[in-house]
This record gives sequence, structure tokens and C-alpha cells, in this order.
Amino acid sequence: MDLDFTPQQEAFRAEVRAWLRDHVPQRPLASYDTGEGFEQHRAWEAKLAAGGYSSVIWPTELGGRGSDLIEWLIFEEEYYAADAPMRVNQNGILLLGPTLMEFGTAEQKARFLPRMARCDDMWAQGWSEPNAGSDMANISGRAIRDGDEYVINGQKTWSTRAVFANWLFGLFRSDPQSNRHHGLSYLLVPLDARGVTIRPIKALNGKQAFAEVFFDDVRVSVANRIGEEGQGWNVAMATAGFERGLLLRSPARFQRTAKRLVELYRRHQASADRDPSIRDGVLKAWMDAEAYNLASYHTVGRLLKGGRVGAESSTNKIFWSELDLQMHETAMRILGPRAELIDDPEVHDWLEGFLFAQAGPIYAGTNEIQRNIIAERVLGLPKS
Amino acid sequence: MDFTFTEEQLALRESVSRFLMNEAAPELLREIWETGGGRSPELRAKIAAQGITGLSVPEAYGGLGLGDVDWALITEELGYYAIPDSLADTAYVATGLLCAMPESASLREQWLRRIADGTARVSIVHPVNPWVADAHLADMVLVFHAGDDGELELRAMSAAELQHSAMTSIDASRRLSTLTQPRGASPPLLGGARAQELADATVDRAAVAEAGHLVGLAQRMLDLSVDYAAQRRQFGKPIGSFQAVKHHLADVVTRIEFARPVLYRAALALQRGERHRSALVSHAKLACADAAWTAARKAIQVHGASGYTWEVDLQMFMKRAWVLDAAWGDRAFHKARLGEALLRDDAPLGPAATLY
Repeated sequence: MDLDFTPQQEAFRAEVRAWLRDHVPQRPLASYDTGEGFEQHRAWEAKLAAGGYSSVIWPTELGGRGSDLIEWLIFEEEYYAADAPMRVNQNGILLLGPTLMEFGTAEQKARFLPRMARCDDMWAQGWSEPNAGSDMANISGRAIRDGDEYVINGQKTWSTRAVFANWLFGLFRSDPQSNRHHGLSYLLVPLDARGVTIRPIKALNGKQAFAEVFFDDVRVSVANRIGEEGQGWNVAMATAGFERGLLLRSPARFQRTAKRLVELYRRHQASADRDPSIRDGVLKAWMDAEAYNLASYHTVGRLLKGGRVGAESSTNKIFWSELDLQMHETAMRILGPRAELIDDPEVHDWLEGFLFAQAGPIYAGTNEIQRNIIAERVLGLPKS
Repeated sequence: MDFTFTEEQLALRESVSRFLMNEAAPELLREIWETGGGRSPELRAKIAAQGITGLSVPEAYGGLGLGDVDWALITEELGYYAIPDSLADTAYVATGLLCAMPESASLREQWLRRIADGTARVSIVHPVNPWVADAHLADMVLVFHAGDDGELELRAMSAAELQHSAMTSIDASRRLSTLTQPRGASPPLLGGARAQELADATVDRAAVAEAGHLVGLAQRMLDLSVDYAAQRRQFGKPIGSFQAVKHHLADVVTRIEFARPVLYRAALALQRGERHRSALVSHAKLACADAAWTAARKAIQVHGASGYTWEVDLQMFMKRAWVLDAAWGDRAFHKARLGEALLRDDAPLGPAATLY
């Protein structure tokens, strides 16, 4: 065990820190779930990409830095320590990016990845359907081959940021006789294509955070298919565990929130201590954020030695989503009667975060699904 | 930066695990429970023959000179097999204390070789524990106790010098006593700031050892529950196929996954003598105790009525998990230490600046 960073890692940290100090916007950006905020975030993503920081683990020729996972953790630490803006195109970068790298043709990579890194293209995901949520293999949206095109009909839902996106990646049933995981194809669909209708869905905070997407004889070229026809499920799943389990939520994000919670508590300690469980909640938040950080370094160390992601992809999801809830609940209790005042500057981010934290145990595979995965794949218990 | 173990460390752990699996089966532990002293000289001799008692004794005294991180892995195994012996007290905690004593008060020559070869048992009396473990069998008792001026003093005493009376623990593998004459007649080896420093370091080592025991116990209770859930059938199926049961056990996996790295980090902080080591140790003790108590609660639920019996082995591990929670600092003690480190003006917090 060696907790010291190498001179190269320290140099990387210093470089990232200096760049962020010079470039992070002085004033916080508006919410990316508003038109104005979305454009601000897109401009920030373009700036990040120009600096080479859009996704440091991508190869340099695709706009990344070729960093290993330790450097990724360092980048994330510096990014959150600098209070840099939330990342608006994470779905593309984390979910589609790695899939393209593994299964995309050279032409597809060159066509999509650099534009994704710069946020020239904004990607929405098209997995869930009204009858395919936790049971994702129940997808019924169809993409029927017609010459060099697929003709898509159906509906996707809960498509995050689809209101502002111009592309969607998703799974569609290309073999109408098939069922479950078979006969699905992974397609990239331009959202300005004829026959696409986007109906925004307001989230808990009243903003258009996601949307329903309707497809009515939408034609896309077969060049927009990733991997083989009918192999979409395997293509989508190949990178899912790694990206969702490790990269989706870096520990630095929660360490920053834990730090803010400690500061909030200390500012209001006299009133907070009227309820002794609040102090307990603050300590727990800090401990769990640090535990998540340590677990991440442990996992990354194992992966660098040739290990594979195992239970972490599910235990991480459960742990950080419950941690995020616990931290925000504690903040609400410290803020007391003020906690409902959304325009109060000290309240605003906590309240928005509290609302968003409610979604954590639901998106990216509900925590119930994650518990099933742990029980069946890690503990070897029989399927229901 | 590499927060993982070396091949050698993992191999050592594996060999200790195999050894204990063969030599410390639950049936044997139950037999030892029934004996008057509660300890098996045969088992102790086998453990010594494996070199486990000498792991952290310096090479100059016949040991292997291994560090805190290695011990963290070993204590997990001792916990997993619920070894009915305060082995870590002698081989890890007391050994560390003896090594840290100044030359002028050195007991090293006299005791370290005997610890390494397994012929000495050392008990430790410390104000954080109202009871002392295994004093009835101790060849030496190291006693931290407040002197007339209220400052701590450290004495080395023989068991015969100490007047103690046995206390009965619900965990039959614990042999406790309360001391009626903790100071005896012998003069202190040390007093003042030096004694306090050693006392603090002793709590840190002992608490990280208990944290290791606790997370090992959590893993054992999980494994027992998985076996049970796979075999026990109701409604025509193994109960492990039901989501309600699966989710209990998945929660235990998650607690363990996020307690272990904290244990390892605390051990490393001790090994490196880091400034915030006591806070990290307290975090480890709290996280591992939480994992163990969660495992106990979920395990008995999964075992159903049989988990509430004397006959089924789960009780051995649950009871140990329950009682070790308050050994070497209860939760209030460790939360207070952690809170003190965390809620200071100059506490380094947040990404890239954390106490870690």
C-alpha cells in the first residue's frame, strides 16, 4: 500500500488545478435544465474540451488525455474542489462514449466522439419505455430494416435532457419476432429527424429535466447502428457495469457535499444541536463520503493490477445514492423552517440537491435491481 | 498511489485463513467455551507454531516485524473464525506497546521473544475498558491507571499481584474480570505525558484490531446466511430466491464493502504515524461495528427461528459482534474523537484536502 502520488500524478494534479483556477466561471451557471443554463453549460463543456479535459480517460486522438483511473480520480477531486459546473453531457460521455470506443467503427468514432467531447452534440438516452423500466428487456419500440435504413416506431421515456439534446442513443427491437434480450439493435437517432416528437416531463423541481420521445416512421441510416443487428443488448451491457458503477459518480462529488454539510452545521450549530441526531448525521455523512472515496481508490488499484469490476458496480450505486439522500436530509433538518424557501441563497442548492437525491435510488437501475444483482451474481443466490 | 495489498500480504492472509478453517471449527470452539479457563493451550500452541504470535514482533526478537496493515488482514481472519482468545491483545497491541516504550523502561528483552514463540500472554488494563480480558491467564498485565495526581501511570504487573474477580460475558469466548487493586504495590514504569501518549497509541492499535475482528465477523455471518438461504426451502423454493431475503443480504455486502477500505486506511495511518490517525481509527471502528451489527441483525432474520437457538452456530458470531462494539471504545467514545477532529477550524475537508 502506498498513498503517495507519483511526481507525474502530482504534476497532473497541479496542471488541472491551475487550468481550473484560470477557467472555472466566476459566477455559478444557471440550471442546465433551463434553456439559458443549458447554453451556458454547453459553452463550458466546449471550453473544457479545448483544454483537453472533457474526458481525461479517453485516448488523446479522440479528445481525451489517455489518463489512467488514478488520474481520473485526481481530475475529479480537483474539479469538485474548484466548484466547477455540473457536467451536462455525462450521459453521452459515460454511457455512449465507451460503447462507441468498444463497438463503433472507425468512421463512427471519428464522426461522433470529438463532437461529443466538445458538446457540439448533446446526447439523450433512449432505454426506458412506458412498459420497460426495471424490466428493460421488455422493450417494444421497433426499428424495422428497409434497405439501408431502419424505420423506427414507438416511444421512449424518462429520457434525461432530451428537451435540449439533438441526438438520442437507444435500444430498439429490430426483429419483430424476437422477445426479451434478443433481436434488439443499438441505434443513434438524430432528434431533428422527421417523425420525432419530444414531450417534456417536468421533474420534482418544476424544470424540464427529462422527456418522452415519440417515433413515428422515423428513418435512420444503418450507418447509425452500433455493433451487429440484433446484438444491441450485449453492446449496451458490455460497458454498463463499469461506467455506471465506477465513473457515473466520482467520490469527490460527495466529499464536496460532505464538506459543505460540515460547514453548514458549524454555522448553525447552536440551533442544530437542539436535535442531537443532527450532529450524528453530519458525522455519518462525512464518514460515508470518505468510505466511498477509499473504496474507489481500492477498486481502481485493483483494476490497474488487472482485476475486473465485480460487486462494486452495484454496491457503489446503492451506497452513493443512499449517502446523497442522507446528506441532503441532514442539511434540510439543519435549515429547519427555512428549508422550504427555494430562493433563500443558503437554502437553494441544498433544496435542489435534496429533490435530485430522491431520484438517486431510482435512476441508473433502481437500488432494488442492484440488490438483486448483488444477491444473484455476487452471493450466488437462486433467481426468483 | 496504490491502495491495494501486495501478493505476499494476500498470501499470508490466505494461509492464516486455511489454518484457522482446519483448526478452529465451530465444534471445537464450543468445546473450549465449556472449559473453565475458556482457552485452549493446544490451539494457542498451534497458532504460535504458525508464527502468528510473532507477526509484529521485530525480527531482532524472533518475529517477522510485520506492520499494522498486515495485521488488519489477520484480525479479519481472527474475527471470521471467532477465535476464543484475546490473541491480538498480546501479539499486536501489547507487542506494539512494548516496542514503543522508551529504552529506560524496556521490557522488550524479557517479553518479546516469549510473545513470538507463544509462551507469554499479556493483558492490558486501560481506562477506556471497564473490564480486562484474559487477566486470569496473563503472564504479565500492563496497567494504565491514574495516579494520585490524576495523571496516567503505566505499570507492568504479574497476574498474581492483581486482585481481580471474574465477570461473565454473554459471549462465552470472552473471559473478563474487574480489577479491585489496579495499582498494586509496584512502582510505575512511566508516568506523565509519555504514559498518556502510550495509552492513546494503545487505544488506536486495539480499536483497529477490534475493527478487523468486527468486519471479519460480518463476513462470516453473511456467509452462514447465504448457505442457510440456499438450503432452507419454503413455498417449494430456497428462501434465498425471494427478494425480501436477497435484499437483506445485499445490504450486508454493501456495508462490508464500504467498511473494509476504512479499516485498511486506519491501519495504514497507524503504520505511517499520520497526524489524524486517531480519527481514522475511530472511523474504522464505527464503520466495522456498523457492518457487524447490520450483519447480525440481517443474519438472524434470514435464519428465522433457528437463528434464535443455542444450537445453530450463528449465535457464536453474533454475540461476539455485539460485545466487541463497545470494546476499546464504545460508539460514543469514537464519535467524540472523530467529531473533535472534524469540527475544527483547521480541519482539512473536501476533495483533495481531506483528513485522509
